[in-house]
Amino acid sequence: MTNMTTETRFAQSGRESMENTAAEGYNFAYLDEQTKRMIRRGLLKAVAIPGFQVPFGGREMPLPYGWGTGGMQVTAAILAPEDILKVIDQGADDTTNAVSIRAFFERTARVATTTRSGEATIIQTRHRIPETPLKRDQMMVFQVPIPEPLRFIEPSETETATLHALGDYGVMHVKLYEDIVAHGHIATCYAYPVEVNDRYMMDPSPIPRFDNPKLHMSPALMLFGAGREKRLYALPPYTRVVSIDFEDYPFEAQRQDGVCAICGSANTYLDELIVDDRGTRHYVCSDTDYCQEHAGQQGIRA
Amino acid sequence: MNPALNPTPLADETAASTLPLLRVNQLTRLFGHEKGCQDISFDLYPGEVLGLVGESGSGKSTLLSLLSGRTPPDRGSVQYRADHANWLDIYEAGEARRRQLLRTEWGFVEQNPRDGLRMSVSAGANIGERLMAQGARHYGQLRETAIHWLQQVEIDASRVDDPPRAFSGGMQQRLQIARNLVSKPRLVFMDEPTGGLDVSVQARILDLLRSLVRELDLAVILVTHDLAVARLLADRLLVMRRSRVVESGLTDQILDDPQHPYTQLLVSSVLQA
Amino acid sequence: MYVAVKGGEKAIRNAHRLLARTRRGDTSLPEVSVAQIQAQMSLAVARVMDEGALYDTELAALALKQAAGDQVEAIFLLRAYRATLPRFCASVPLETETMRVGRRVSAIYKDLPGGQRLGATFDYSHRLLDFSLLAAGETPEKDDFSVHSAENPAEEPVMPMPCPHVLNLLTEEGLVKTEETLANPAEAEIPDITREPLAFPSSRATRLQILARGDEGFLLAMAYSTQRGYGRNHPFAGEIRVGAVDVWLEAEETGFPVPAGEIDLTECEMVNQFVGSPDIAPQFTRGYGLVFGSAERKAMAMALVDRALRADEYNEEIASPAQQEEFVLAHCDNVEAAGFTSHLKLPHYVDFQSELGLIRKLRAEYARKHSARANATMDNQPLQVTP
Repeated sequence: MTNMTTETRFAQSGRESMENTAAEGYNFAYLDEQTKRMIRRGLLKAVAIPGFQVPFGGREMPLPYGWGTGGMQVTAAILAPEDILKVIDQGADDTTNAVSIRAFFERTARVATTTRSGEATIIQTRHRIPETPLKRDQMMVFQVPIPEPLRFIEPSETETATLHALGDYGVMHVKLYEDIVAHGHIATCYAYPVEVNDRYMMDPSPIPRFDNPKLHMSPALMLFGAGREKRLYALPPYTRVVSIDFEDYPFEAQRQDGVCAICGSANTYLDELIVDDRGTRHYVCSDTDYCQEHAGQQGIRA
Repeated sequence: MNPALNPTPLADETAASTLPLLRVNQLTRLFGHEKGCQDISFDLYPGEVLGLVGESGSGKSTLLSLLSGRTPPDRGSVQYRADHANWLDIYEAGEARRRQLLRTEWGFVEQNPRDGLRMSVSAGANIGERLMAQGARHYGQLRETAIHWLQQVEIDASRVDDPPRAFSGGMQQRLQIARNLVSKPRLVFMDEPTGGLDVSVQARILDLLRSLVRELDLAVILVTHDLAVARLLADRLLVMRRSRVVESGLTDQILDDPQHPYTQLLVSSVLQA
Repeated sequence: MYVAVKGGEKAIRNAHRLLARTRRGDTSLPEVSVAQIQAQMSLAVARVMDEGALYDTELAALALKQAAGDQVEAIFLLRAYRATLPRFCASVPLETETMRVGRRVSAIYKDLPGGQRLGATFDYSHRLLDFSLLAAGETPEKDDFSVHSAENPAEEPVMPMPCPHVLNLLTEEGLVKTEETLANPAEAEIPDITREPLAFPSSRATRLQILARGDEGFLLAMAYSTQRGYGRNHPFAGEIRVGAVDVWLEAEETGFPVPAGEIDLTECEMVNQFVGSPDIAPQFTRGYGLVFGSAERKAMAMALVDRALRADEYNEEIASPAQQEEFVLAHCDNVEAAGFTSHLKLPHYVDFQSELGLIRKLRAEYARKHSARANATMDNQPLQVTP
């Protein structure tokens, strides 16, 4: 089994080196200070205009585009030596890409890292928001593949920029209307678009819609970075974030059938595992840290 | 409308309807010598149907896109009476206001329904889009309204969930009309609305347009090269040739007693055909 | 159970070890050196430098070695390294007219000032595998792609310089549209695509920068599509020249330009038809390509696409992909494209799980409706009475 995993990972591996040596010849957290200042200026603007996509001079990172280069640039720009960093992918600290990005900052910034959501000052994430409620001294950094919520309806950047400027968002509801026509439900499961502060339509990144309610009035600062598309955006603490819907088909955070096979949680987002050749399915928490903590409280050994 | 709920004095109503809806002054946009349109001035009144006629290349379509806020002119102005008192210069107003007009108080019926419809979403969504852009957020009501408008344009209510791809050319054109009229516009621009259709289908659409225009008291600016269409729909005509208006007047007057040699030629060639 | 699904640090470490071993290959054979790649794979090195956007033959060769010959991977390595380098200043505009030309061809004049010169080219070679290269040891004749005068074979003297551009001869006659030149290039604001995000509509300067490091395959396909009718622009290869050009820098402290070295370049100027407009008499127009090293295919493709993207400037109808600025510029970078395509390999458990949930729900509803309908039909069946 171990052997097979290794083979699979070989095909997927990026170029990042995992040796536990500090990176020689690079600035703290890899990026030079000029670049960090440029990103911070962009972030300040993003915080000032919640949900608005701020173009920034994104740099090539030593990880491929699409693997979190936007989130990494944001993290590098806000990281201070005393920060405690947590990196998750699919909710878990031990997925390969999370391990790789965490190692990157251990090497280039020598900051402390943690898997505990409650202890982290910065949490960089791909596709999830932790189950443990966030606090006001925490910052979330989201990796964003396609920042433009209107992109799949309108491919032209010139046109989508105009639609945002004019607040012309009727077409978003056309998409929801069509979902109901076709399926009897709103069928958008992740990257579910939200309206921010009664103004901008925003893509919350491909988090499951289960996580959407956690964006609303969050005490933590939420920062979003799209490296390839060179856009930053933000939700300042306590911002109104509304998942778009119809009055007679209101937004619902997805409910799941089943409980976690490890910790017994019934109100978390669950991953499905196929555990044998007969297709037997088990569910476990996607948030590994929450799962362990919850199991501990229940007196279960995870 | 219930008059008891709308106690506007009759005198004001009359005064308002005698004011033009659109004032066009010295409108000019040229792409080359006599290509485009120049020095166009006219007033359009509420409920009036104005036909722009002339051969292809005479500048009708350029004029239509200038009037509808799609192409800025080299010089001249288009003013729209947004409410009873205020005039709005549509090119000074900015793109946001122009776009808002185009999806609320104005409509635009394209010659090719593919340009005016979202071909991959249902007929209901096509009709509902304007309302959703204006903040309608009730799926059930949107669908009801869509069905109502489908019936208005003589499309069976059962087709509400079908995409326009599955419709015939004539049905697509009627759907486009419904998509525009749902926001109760005051002014609709039409670019050869029956141009791409079979003669038998044309008659039905023209009939429908004529009754809708009367019923809803629409002002229409209609581009057509077909004088038969102009006669059926238009109250008044502007005859265009080589970027200029060469003759204007009531439709019957122009078609029955043309003064300008070009108009005479145009009318006689139709009669011969 | 958990460990089987979620990968770990150890798996990654092992993968990298395996990768290093695979790259090295059969250890009974001598390891290829960076210097060998630099010297003997110069065209591969040129592409990595060009699309990696860094002129350094040694680092490009290193990237190729580290990437086991994977060009796009090598380009990515060089690009990532480049992003960490400080930027001192922009060079003085290159004078390609003073190029020490190793190859120079024009398809529009049989003979011209400066002459035609084939140089090192695959053109006119028969594409037959040369099995003599299979044999160990050197091929008898030493070939040289470099164009430095001292290293050139004696029988082919270096062209006299400067060698005038063919298009300038046409421009003097008024037959080609004069390009807008900056009044004072030294003081002009030069856009930098590595520092500023792309915005539309872009300037031609920005476009040319993006095309210069765009993916050769993508640009070639776009260029080809214009020849097949998707945005036709009637091109002629006005001139292609390959050779070495001096780079001059004007550092703030000196106040005058100083030579910083020389680089090998390929430049292509296409002559394209233009029928004129009400305000402009008919004249030829230009498409421009300039790339690092010897890379003629890329330079020609770039020139064709540059011209296609100028449709708006010449009031031409924009109807084909190669003419659409947003389409071409947003998709021509292979570091971006390869990255985003490869990210599909990252886990998507969470999103997939939510889709899985929905599709099960929809299927359950479908089944319920279906069985309800089936039951209804059953109920309406008249009772069958067997006589």
